[in-house]
Amino acid sequence: MNQKTRRKINWNYFLIAPALIISVSIILVPGIMTIVYSFTDWNGLSPNISFIGLKNFQQLMRDGIFKRAIMNNVIWTVMFITIPVCIGMFSAMLLLNRKKTRNFYQLAFLIPYVLAPSVNAMLWLNIMFSPVSGVIAALRNMGLDISSPLASMKTAIYACAGVDIWHYWSYLTVIYLAALRQTPQDQVEAAMVEGAGSWQLFRFVYLPSIMTTVKMMFIIITIGCFLAFDYIKLLTGGGPAHATEVLGTYAYSLAFGSMKVGKAAAVGLVISFFGLIASSIYTYLTRKENMI
Amino acid sequence: MRENKKRLNRTKIARSTAVHVILLLLVFICLAPIALVVINSFKENAEITRNPLSFPAALQFENYTQAWKTGRFALGFINSIKLTGITIIIVLICSTLAGYVLAGKRIKGSGAILLYFLMAMTVPIQLFLFPLYYAYARLGLIGNIPATSVILAATSMPLAVFMMRTFFLNVPKELEEAARIDGAGTAQLIWYVMRPVVSPGLITVGVLVGLQTWNEYLISSTFLQGEKNFTATLGFLSMNGSYGSAMGVLMASAVILIGPVVAFFLIMQKYFVDGMVSGAVKG
Repeated sequence: MNQKTRRKINWNYFLIAPALIISVSIILVPGIMTIVYSFTDWNGLSPNISFIGLKNFQQLMRDGIFKRAIMNNVIWTVMFITIPVCIGMFSAMLLLNRKKTRNFYQLAFLIPYVLAPSVNAMLWLNIMFSPVSGVIAALRNMGLDISSPLASMKTAIYACAGVDIWHYWSYLTVIYLAALRQTPQDQVEAAMVEGAGSWQLFRFVYLPSIMTTVKMMFIIITIGCFLAFDYIKLLTGGGPAHATEVLGTYAYSLAFGSMKVGKAAAVGLVISFFGLIASSIYTYLTRKENMI
Repeated sequence: MRENKKRLNRTKIARSTAVHVILLLLVFICLAPIALVVINSFKENAEITRNPLSFPAALQFENYTQAWKTGRFALGFINSIKLTGITIIIVLICSTLAGYVLAGKRIKGSGAILLYFLMAMTVPIQLFLFPLYYAYARLGLIGNIPATSVILAATSMPLAVFMMRTFFLNVPKELEEAARIDGAGTAQLIWYVMRPVVSPGLITVGVLVGLQTWNEYLISSTFLQGEKNFTATLGFLSMNGSYGSAMGVLMASAVILIGPVVAFFLIMQKYFVDGMVSGAVKG
């Protein structure tokens, strides 16, 4: 009897426990608390929390900064699913047949990617955009009448996205290149025998072959764009005059700047909602590809 | 015929040259800002503002000694190493065990747990940050490096679990069965049979998580308050606020931060690239 019960213990439950406990206590439980807080007026400190229903969300609907933040997230997404995707795909195609030099180029491209956002942002702030010590200053010395693109309300969001894209695009090169290299060689040779040019080769052989990866990356990029935070916070802090505010920075400044944790939770929920749509598609595609 | 071949050869060379020109242009775009930082790190302030694009008049390392002191990098690097090291250890232990269990569907609900981790991978930090921050504040854990490591580990965990699971899926079933027949328990099985087979996977996950943690900004800047808990990057950021005028020193500190990361990346490139790719492309 005793032996029987002992044999019944499935040690695998103990093995999965550490990962699950950490993930649940850091992400799931606070995540659920955020959902609850989004219906309250909590300021982070006060012990009195009162439920105010949908008031936070109603206020957000009338909030100009919130609308601008969503708009900026959309701009960010549109830029990211076009510019780095094109550069990444183009450079991956160029590297595909450069067997000897491929590694060198890939490593050089990846250096901005492996540096910390804080370092990259400081680098661009001080050596590129600064009107005192940057390339902008050098151009001004040469007589050009330009100022930092971060200072203007119209261009700041594009400048932030530009820096983030500078840091990010090589990631896509690596991913696309790895996928391209799995294209069946006989298909490529068959197309070449039939006299296909480079563009036709790309369009009808390589692109269909890496389509799964391309789709997957589109979703990963979109999710990432709604989470955008680091570069904006570091380059402009959401300014000038909220011109570069995105949902991520707005939620952060609501929670830690103006102590409106309830409202910040509501914004966090909105970000999650956008993320959830994208990640449902991602999950669906992953399952379709038989990963689970 | 011969003429034709020659022409074909020539267009081939022209083509290849054009490709290299484009690729080198991309390299220039990637590295020019970094090169400018290195150049300016040797210059005095006045020299930088006069012309940031010029080469330094003399090679002087004064900026570096100054940067090391004002950025408190001795402390910062120790803190960064602590934060990153603890995070890597937590992630590796937890994700290896979980990956082993989930690869074999050894428990009920494996599918549900995988689905949970898949969703957790895409959760925005702002969904759990605020309650977590105030809970940590109440527990007095703000500025606590190991406690912050746990958060960073939780954010890297889903991807690590998936990667480790893939590595375990590639372990031949026969290997495990043979060990079982020889009477190995689960602990022995993991340590003597699985670990050697999946250890390249451990390095890949470790490198990926390590670099991610070293570079992380949102969580570490929120939870590691107090100057004595600053990581190297946080020390560097605080310099930018208070040391705005001494550009040369700031550039030198940037180089101090860039150097080790680039060196580590170049040494570990294979594992890093493998890790990036295995997350997105199925081989």
